[in-house]
Amino acid sequence: MSSIIEINHLFYRYEKDVVLDDINLTVPEGAFLAIVGPNGSGKSTLLKLILGLLKLQKGKILLFGQEISKFKDWQQIGYVSQKANSFNTGFPATVFEVVASGLTKRIGMFKFFKKEHEVKVKTALAAVGMELFSNQNIGELSGGQQQRVFIARALVSDPKLLILDEPTVGVDAENVNAFYQMLSDLNAKQGITLLLVTHDIGTISDKVTHVACLNKHLYFHGKAKEFEQMRMEEISKTYGHDIQLITHHHEHGGVRK
Amino acid sequence: MIQAIFHYEFLQNAFLTGIMIGFLAPLLGVFIVVRRLSLIADALSHVTLAGIAASLLIEKQFTALAGLNPLYLGMVFSVGGSLFIEKLRNVYKHYQELAIPIILSSGIGLGVIFISLANGFNTDLFSYLFGSVTAVSRTDLAVIFIIGIFVVAAITLVYKELFILSFDEEHAKASGIPAKSIHFIFIVMVALVIAASMRIVGILLVSSLMTLPVAASIRIAKGFKQTILFSILFGEISVLGGLFSAYYLDLAPGGTIVMIAVLILILMIFYKKLMIKRHVQKEIQCNER
Repeated sequence: MSSIIEINHLFYRYEKDVVLDDINLTVPEGAFLAIVGPNGSGKSTLLKLILGLLKLQKGKILLFGQEISKFKDWQQIGYVSQKANSFNTGFPATVFEVVASGLTKRIGMFKFFKKEHEVKVKTALAAVGMELFSNQNIGELSGGQQQRVFIARALVSDPKLLILDEPTVGVDAENVNAFYQMLSDLNAKQGITLLLVTHDIGTISDKVTHVACLNKHLYFHGKAKEFEQMRMEEISKTYGHDIQLITHHHEHGGVRK
Repeated sequence: MIQAIFHYEFLQNAFLTGIMIGFLAPLLGVFIVVRRLSLIADALSHVTLAGIAASLLIEKQFTALAGLNPLYLGMVFSVGGSLFIEKLRNVYKHYQELAIPIILSSGIGLGVIFISLANGFNTDLFSYLFGSVTAVSRTDLAVIFIIGIFVVAAITLVYKELFILSFDEEHAKASGIPAKSIHFIFIVMVALVIAASMRIVGILLVSSLMTLPVAASIRIAKGFKQTILFSILFGEISVLGGLFSAYYLDLAPGGTIVMIAVLILILMIFYKKLMIKRHVQKEIQCNER
């Protein structure tokens, strides 16, 4: 299996604070990797570096085998940001329009939306189970439904890698499990490589293939099965103190400190 | 009045300009409102005032330039102001709305200085402030027509990009949309339409034509395209209704246009409330069954 992302000796600091300290991480093709860690552990910074939204300070990031500074094919990567569900809910756009906006780059400047693009939007909506909401305004949906729409927006341009930053913030507790199941299906059935930043370790560990524990350092990086066997130990190291793990659905995610 | 339109050139000019402005201002207004930049139009209109005052001053000082159309310098100031706003928004990244009062007060300040330097103007400044049915010339009409073609073409060509930038700027940037260039084109269009609208609506009221029809439309529209469509419809009703009533009642059209737009807004707010009430009643009835 070739790697979709390869990170070597990555460091990053905001002024004096080191947020990423010698990170080495690979994401193989077809993997579903969950990055877990406490607030301020550098998870979002790592994602921003992978997405090219922050400039590399020290270290190397390869995307699809290519150095990030030379990487141009951003359509291969779909991104659902943490802020996706804090958008202006009064925005007058239908679900269809929002998902179609994910095709903007692919269609290209000065070119128009065509019938074939409409089919793509419908397929992406079906993949996240939202095809019946196509004509509804996005603000009228629940948090979980909105998040599915944002995933459809990322899926519509057929990415090989989908990056999600804490996607269950704002999703009702009872829907969190179904939400992760949908992601797991996308990974298993459509072969999309997934990179997920989350707090829901308890809920997620049986759905993902790989886990990475990050708190400035990388405390663990390996297969989910290995993580299962030693997770209490690894999680305690990552979070710096003992935590109680809740494997059932929990309103604020799966970890209670 | 329909007959009068065929008779009098000034009325033809006013109505044709009105139809174009009623279309252009709400079209751009939709993007402005959803990006929460409603006050940008106010800032730019005040900068336009400075441009017009400067032009009138030049006319007074140099009689050789007496034929200079104040619209041109108004546009130059407006576009210049829009670029300054962009610059300031980058300087004050965490206080982006600060750019608006800075530009607004600079515009007024500069305008007042020009007006004082000229010791008042012979030209009726009142018509620039509140609009006039008689002020639109054939040249104005031609200039506004060209601006209109430019704006419609640009919006059609970069509609997708403008939509994604308005909805989710971070996502747009992450997917490689040239956010800066598109924003630049957009703000220049706004500046031009504001300068073009002032003859009819007046400087002090031009922003309302960009925001009120949109505010009404957002209450009832499904989706973005429908929001644009309703905004333009409300914009046209306001401008044409306003011009008719201004002509008959001998009032400044800026006032009548804005009041009709406010009336539409109130109607839409009540309409929406009624719809929600009906919807709730239906649901209760369904549950009872």
